[in-house]
Amino acid sequence: MGKLLAALIAVITIVSTAIFVRHTWWMPPDISVHGAGIDHQLGETMLSAGLLFVVSQLVLAFFIWRFADRGDARPIKTFPGGVTPMVVGALVLVGAEVLALTFVGTKVWAGIYQAPPNPNALHIDVQAEQFAFYFRYAGVDGKFGGTHPNLIDDGNGNFFGLDPANDTSARDDIVAASLVIPANQPILLTMHAKDVGHAFYVPELRIQQDFVPGLDIPLQFTATKTGKYEIVCTQLCGLGHYNMRAYLEVKAPDDFAQWLKDQAAQQ
Amino acid sequence: MHKTVPIVVLAGIALLPTTSRGPGRVAPSVAGTVSGSVTYTGTPPKMKPIDMSKEPSCASQHATPVMTENAVTGAGSTLANVVIYVSAGEQGAAATAAVRYDQKGCQYLPHVAVVEVNQPLEIYNDDQTSHNIHPLATTNAEWNKSQPPGAPPIHTSYGKPEFIPVKCNVHPWMHGYFAVLSTAHHAVSGADGKFTLAGLAPGKYTLTAWHEKFGTQTAEVTITGNETATANFVFKATPY
Repeated sequence: MGKLLAALIAVITIVSTAIFVRHTWWMPPDISVHGAGIDHQLGETMLSAGLLFVVSQLVLAFFIWRFADRGDARPIKTFPGGVTPMVVGALVLVGAEVLALTFVGTKVWAGIYQAPPNPNALHIDVQAEQFAFYFRYAGVDGKFGGTHPNLIDDGNGNFFGLDPANDTSARDDIVAASLVIPANQPILLTMHAKDVGHAFYVPELRIQQDFVPGLDIPLQFTATKTGKYEIVCTQLCGLGHYNMRAYLEVKAPDDFAQWLKDQAAQQ
Repeated sequence: MHKTVPIVVLAGIALLPTTSRGPGRVAPSVAGTVSGSVTYTGTPPKMKPIDMSKEPSCASQHATPVMTENAVTGAGSTLANVVIYVSAGEQGAAATAAVRYDQKGCQYLPHVAVVEVNQPLEIYNDDQTSHNIHPLATTNAEWNKSQPPGAPPIHTSYGKPEFIPVKCNVHPWMHGYFAVLSTAHHAVSGADGKFTLAGLAPGKYTLTAWHEKFGTQTAEVTITGNETATANFVFKATPY
C-alpha cells in the first residue's frame, strides 16, 4: 500500500504541475499598461511556490516509498532532535518565502495602488450598489456635481444623489451603466459604495479593488486594447451578488468621444 | 370552542371601517360617467434610456432601450400614468377579481397598478432571471420577496389606502407603483392623457388625480343622471 500511495502522490504532482506549466486554466490576455508587471510577479510567485511544491511532494513520495512500514515491528525513528526543530524550521522557511515574495511584489503593487494621480487622467466616478455598478462622467463643464445620499432615487435614474434642481454643475453629468473608456488614456476611478462592501474586478485589466461604504477610493489604470470586458463584483454583497456585473468597453479615442457626445444628448 | 368562532368573526367584521361601499349599489339605468384628460404646463423632466446590459435576458427583449417612466408624456402636453379616483362620494362596489402585476423584460407592467383595499394582487415573474420585488409601503406592512424564474405568482393584498413605490432589490432601475384605493371608481390616464370613470350613481363627487412626481389635483363633479361630465386636470411640471 505504501508504494501505491507514493506512486499516487508522484502522479498527482506531475499532472497538476503540467496543468500549470501548460497554462490550461490561466488568466485571460492582459489589456493594461501595468499588467505586465503583475503577470511577471504572478509568474515568479507560481515558479517559486511551484518548485517548492514539486520538491516537497516528490520528497514525500520518496520517503513513503523508501521508509514505509514493512510490518517487521522495527521501532519508529523520529526526526533528529524531535518535532520542535522541524516545526520551527518549516515556519522559518515558509515565512522567509512569503516575506521574500512580498518584498519583490511591493514595487509592482505600489506602482498601481500608491502612484500619484496622473494629471492627464480621465476622472470617472463609480457608485456600487446592490446589485449594479454606475459610472459618472463630468460632462461638458468638466465638473462633477455634488452628491447627496438623501437624494439617491434609483427608480428615477438618480443613482448618485445629484441635485440638478439647485446644482448647475450636476445637470450635465453623464451617468451610464457601462464603463466606457478610451484606449491608452490613464483612467482615474473614484469608487463609492452606496450600501455594503463590493469589489471591482476586471481580470483582463489585472486589477481588483474593494468598495468600502463611507470611503472614496481612487483606482488608476490604462487600458491598451479595445474591446468589451466583464466587470464583476468579487465581494459577497447579498442575494444578487452572483448577478452584479457591468461591462468595460475600451474604445478608440474617436469612438469614445462620439459615445460621450451621444450620452450627453440623452441626459 | 366551536361556537365562539362565528362570534369572533362577526366581531372582526364589525371592526372593519364602514364606508358607503356595497355590492350592487349602482343600477346601470342611473349611472353617469366622468371623462376628461390630464395635461401639464411647464417643462417635465427628460426621460432617459435604461441600460440593461448587465441582464442580457432582459436587454434582448427590447428592440430599443426602455425609458424611465417617472413622467411619461404624449403629444399635446398630455400626461400618462395619472391615477384619477373618487376621493369623496359614493365609492361603488368592491372589486373581487385579482389585479395582475408583471415583471417582464426587467420592467414593471403596468407602471402604476391600481388595486383596491383588500383586493387580491397577483405578482408574476415572466423573466428568465430572479427578481426581488420590494414595495416600499409605510402605512401598510413593508416586505420584499424573491421570485426566481418560473416561480409561482405572489398572492397578496393591502388593507389600507396608500401610494406605494415598488422597486426590485436586484435590478435598481425597476420602478413602479401600487395605488391602493378605497374606492371602486378609478382610472389611469393613457399616453393620450385621457381617462373615463363610468358607473357613477347620481350625487356629488370629489375626484383626485395623483401623479408620482407632480403631486395631486382635485376636481368637484356632480352627477344627476346618465350624463357624461367632464373633468380635466392640469399639472405643473418641473424639469428636476
